[in-house]
Amino acid sequence: MIETDFTPWASALGGALIGLASVLLMWLRGNVLGATGILAGFLQPDSSTDWSWRAAILAGMLTGPLVFLAATGGFPTIQVPVSTLSMIIGGLIVGVGVTYGSGCTSGHGVCGMARFSPRSIVATLTFMAGTAVMVFLTRHVFGL
Amino acid sequence: MKLLLIYLTGVVFGLGIAISGMANPAKVLNFFDVFGAWDPSLAFVMGAALLVAAPGYALVFKRPKPIFAQSFKLPGTKLIDRKLVLGSFTFGLGWGLAGFCPGAALPVISTGNPSVLTFTASMIVGLFLARWMIATTARRQDAAQAN
Repeated sequence: MIETDFTPWASALGGALIGLASVLLMWLRGNVLGATGILAGFLQPDSSTDWSWRAAILAGMLTGPLVFLAATGGFPTIQVPVSTLSMIIGGLIVGVGVTYGSGCTSGHGVCGMARFSPRSIVATLTFMAGTAVMVFLTRHVFGL
Repeated sequence: MKLLLIYLTGVVFGLGIAISGMANPAKVLNFFDVFGAWDPSLAFVMGAALLVAAPGYALVFKRPKPIFAQSFKLPGTKLIDRKLVLGSFTFGLGWGLAGFCPGAALPVISTGNPSVLTFTASMIVGLFLARWMIATTARRQDAAQAN
């Protein structure tokens, strides 16, 4: 376990930018800014026009941390308190879960909740419950 | 022009992820660890995102259509079914194990961090696995109905 500082201002600023990007994409192209859907459609595109905007937004996403680097002199902090095996199994489970659940934190949690979609509200509460259960199990039951 | 603006939208998202702390698994896992090293920061990420996105969407939806498309492409289904709930719960279990969610991991691929690369590669395998499983189930159901 790694202790982390409470960062309300940075987190709120980052969140506001995430919200702003979601609004911009809806305004420009009428799409939901969901990482799951954008990535899935990028890997298995329906058409070339459908692929190009996904490639553009993904390229932009990758540029974000480079802008952060240019502005602050360092990459964003990434501290990993879990094993590589947890990363591999966790990634696999996330990939399966978001495909069945039709979305993740960005798609359901921000875009869906922002338009008060009951489906997204249920999905968000459910995955947050799943995350809390797993963190409780790994940290307080199995002591990983 | 159109693709440039969409690219810049991605930059805003990626910068937001970088600033917010969403791409730091230690921070994400601590948010859910209320009985341990609790760090409530992530509530501010989602809170602020919704405070911007909800009124922003309301304004955008007053327009007849998006700037570069004929219509808003919103999910057609309103169904709250077992697939949505079990899928979402499964996603949560994985998020709680790794500390990365898809939207947080994708931008920080550019940092070259090995954990991010491992998670993302594994997530893509999971994504294709689930698509194959869903297609297989659908084929079986079709075959059963045909009989």
